[in-house]
Amino acid sequence: MFTRDAFVGWLQEKKLMGARCGKCGQVYLPPRPYCPSCRSSEMEWHELSGRGEVAAFTAVHVAPTFMEKQGFGRGKPYATAVVRLQEGPGISARLVGVDAARPEEIKVGTQVEVDFLEVEAEGGKQVDLAFRPAT
Amino acid sequence: MGKLARGVAVVGAGVSRFGAFKEKTSRDLFVESFQDMVNSVDKGFDPGEIEALYLGNFSSDLFEGQGHTAPIMAEWAGIIPAAATRLEDACASGGVALRQGILAVASGAYDLVLVGGVEKMNNLPTEKVTDTLAAASDTLYEASAGFTFPGLYAAIATAYMARYGITPEYFMRVGIKNHNNGKLNPKAQFQTTIRDLLEGRKAKLAAQGKPVPDWQDELDFLRDDSANPVVAWPMRLFDCSPITDGAACLLLVSEEMATRFTDRPVYIIGSGQASDYPLHTRSDLTSLGSARLAARQAYEMAGVTPRDIKVAEVHDCFTVAEVVATEDLGFFAPGEGARAAAEGRTARSGDRPINTSGGLKAKGHPVGASGVAQAVEVFLQLRGEAGARQVPGANLGLTHNVGATGGTCTVHIYERR
Ligand SMILES: [Zn+2]
Repeated sequence: MFTRDAFVGWLQEKKLMGARCGKCGQVYLPPRPYCPSCRSSEMEWHELSGRGEVAAFTAVHVAPTFMEKQGFGRGKPYATAVVRLQEGPGISARLVGVDAARPEEIKVGTQVEVDFLEVEAEGGKQVDLAFRPAT
Repeated sequence: MGKLARGVAVVGAGVSRFGAFKEKTSRDLFVESFQDMVNSVDKGFDPGEIEALYLGNFSSDLFEGQGHTAPIMAEWAGIIPAAATRLEDACASGGVALRQGILAVASGAYDLVLVGGVEKMNNLPTEKVTDTLAAASDTLYEASAGFTFPGLYAAIATAYMARYGITPEYFMRVGIKNHNNGKLNPKAQFQTTIRDLLEGRKAKLAAQGKPVPDWQDELDFLRDDSANPVVAWPMRLFDCSPITDGAACLLLVSEEMATRFTDRPVYIIGSGQASDYPLHTRSDLTSLGSARLAARQAYEMAGVTPRDIKVAEVHDCFTVAEVVATEDLGFFAPGEGARAAAEGRTARSGDRPINTSGGLKAKGHPVGASGVAQAVEVFLQLRGEAGARQVPGANLGLTHNVGATGGTCTVHIYERR
């Protein structure tokens, strides 16, 4: 099943998994059960390279409550980005390995690679999707 | 697609005072705007004749713990048993309600329709409001990545800055301009210019015996982290529309009935609406596809071009959004919107006045009411009733109302004949 739960399950195993349409070959990230491109539901799991570039980003100072619980907010911003992957699809994810307090130094177009962020969340440790500047 | 089966006119328009009102609920705000609308109908009418209400409201459920809001508004306005329907498309709820009201009259199903919008946002603490607004994005794949609502527009801003080589100061000028307009709008939440705020802050610090910063001008003030803190870089406090309580109402009738209500009806000659993907699925982050398509539909229906529009209320939930809107609507070429704003072309005295009401930035942004309140401003401008902020000779106006980051956009065009 190409659900949110399955996607998050793969992340816990530190794998960035999308869905690939068996009929037309379109790759979807996040995964989905139905291909709007050719209207097929013959999906298969497809591991992405995790390489891409920053299409847009921000440094958040007024944080949502779940990020405040992780210690972020006023005085401790975090960066998050829209990342365009080499395989085509884009996704929203945290941007790490950059200084969120100096956003003018972060550049659109920066080459990034996937990172699996271990965070303390309600109910224990979990792995969140992130990207960092490529080495 | 593209033609209304019969013409539709606006014959009344009203808006509540916008602001933060501890003691007022949605129904109080709605009744206030309803009475303002009734009083605006030149020849008077019996509100009991209203056949239907289309109500824009984003989230009375989360903001006030009240669902099923439309019949409650109808009851308090005294129009039961009119068919009351609530529309929810985030910040475009009001524009979508307006479009549904237009389609209902154009179809012949109704002759007399009330379009309303209402949002009561100040019951919750700011963090909860931030969470509630984030629910208008893709909660599974955007909000979960730490994107707040300002954060998503901030991302659009970084893409725009990188593509066109501009700085955040260009966005700040939009806020300065909209506050200049808001000062002239007696219904606005902020009837103060940025210059007023700067001088006020200086005076306050001096009175407290604290060191007074040497701000040279508005931009100097807006660049200062202490005066204008970053919310989601590059969007700062004065780039963001406020948390607002407010409501707005319009009375729509079929074109052939219009002169029964007034000798100065405002005709709706164009209407468009379209949808778009979340940001991360778009190929271009510097433009809203839904806005471009809705605008094209509205211009084609109206048979006018962007050059013909004399006044426009556009969706400036964030300053960058106004810049992008003026390009998506065809007022300026891609990449020229920021420079046009900096050159004063979108000021009241410019060749392309935008957001004479103060916009969402200064007038305030009661989410579900904003799309309707935009139409109220255009109604006033086209009838020469906009007071100190009147644009001389305005005979053709436009409203542009966006849901979240353009998942929804409606565009409407209005004419005074
Ligand atoms: Zn397919």
